[in-house]
Amino acid sequence: MSLTPPVSARDHAQGPDRARIVLVEYGDFECPHCGAAYPIVKEIQRRFGRELRFVYRHFPLTKTHPHAEHAAEMAEAAGQHGKFWPMHDMLFENQDALDDESLISYADALGIDPRWAALALIEGRFQRKVREDFASGVRSGVNGTPTFFVNGERFPGGARELLATLMQATIDAPL
Amino acid sequence: MILSPGTEAPDFTLPQAPDRTFTLSDHRGHPVVLVFYPADWSPVCGDELALYNEILDEFRKFDAQVVGISVDGLWCHRAYAEQRHIEFPLLSDFEPKGEVSRKYGAYREKDGVSERALFVIDGNGVIRWSYLSPIDQNPGADGVLQALEELHEPHAAR
Repeated sequence: MSLTPPVSARDHAQGPDRARIVLVEYGDFECPHCGAAYPIVKEIQRRFGRELRFVYRHFPLTKTHPHAEHAAEMAEAAGQHGKFWPMHDMLFENQDALDDESLISYADALGIDPRWAALALIEGRFQRKVREDFASGVRSGVNGTPTFFVNGERFPGGARELLATLMQATIDAPL
Repeated sequence: MILSPGTEAPDFTLPQAPDRTFTLSDHRGHPVVLVFYPADWSPVCGDELALYNEILDEFRKFDAQVVGISVDGLWCHRAYAEQRHIEFPLLSDFEPKGEVSRKYGAYREKDGVSERALFVIDGNGVIRWSYLSPIDQNPGADGVLQALEELHEPHAAR
């Protein structure tokens, strides 16, 4: 199953654009499995450094997780201020407090005007971007969160298997 | 073996609620997606039904009716649907147990539950796409959506 559409400038990414490994995560900030994967993804990023580009796309299961949609929108709102990744980290590190008030306080903590952030949520200013990510996930065969894609192909496992597989692949074919 | 495309979908009537039944042949004229699954209360949050529930709007674009079918009883379905906010019908293949699942070749004798199987049925009651998933694997929605797309625009079929 391959990633549709492929990674492009519309995505939030960390790491060089010509990296050998392009890792995409479809995630939900309120999903406990994504929360558990978060430090492992950090570990993958740490181990592979400049060899890896990491992209995060939204896949909020809004009927299961009542705060997931707004959390995703807040990450996009922060992205508008160049703070997508600090917000991404903040949300995963505070999964137990994702109500609107908390989300707005995280924006404030990152130096984003809290009134602007509140309005962005109320007006659903970033809803469309989140929906686009979601729709792309459905088309790419995402069946739950987190789902990972490595170099455009769906990875059939969770973060731990991913770390192990990437390490093994690197041993088999040294950099 | 599950029933394959081109086969007429066996008609059935199953309870959907204590006072309500669902009859497949009442749904001629628009597609129906049958989602057989082993049991309510799967412990993961990214489960198959949660996913379909999340993308009901995508199914509605094709005027498709999605229904879940398992051998769980009606009250179990009701509690499950309430807790997970499932917004499509869950049918109870409970008495005689698994009868409809068997008709579709989607019953696991040794476990006494339905398989994880998907059927896309067209407006004339003919199966146009079917898929048997490994029981512990969420098949996702891309296959169903692609099948619905092809029903909608047969010439665009890949």
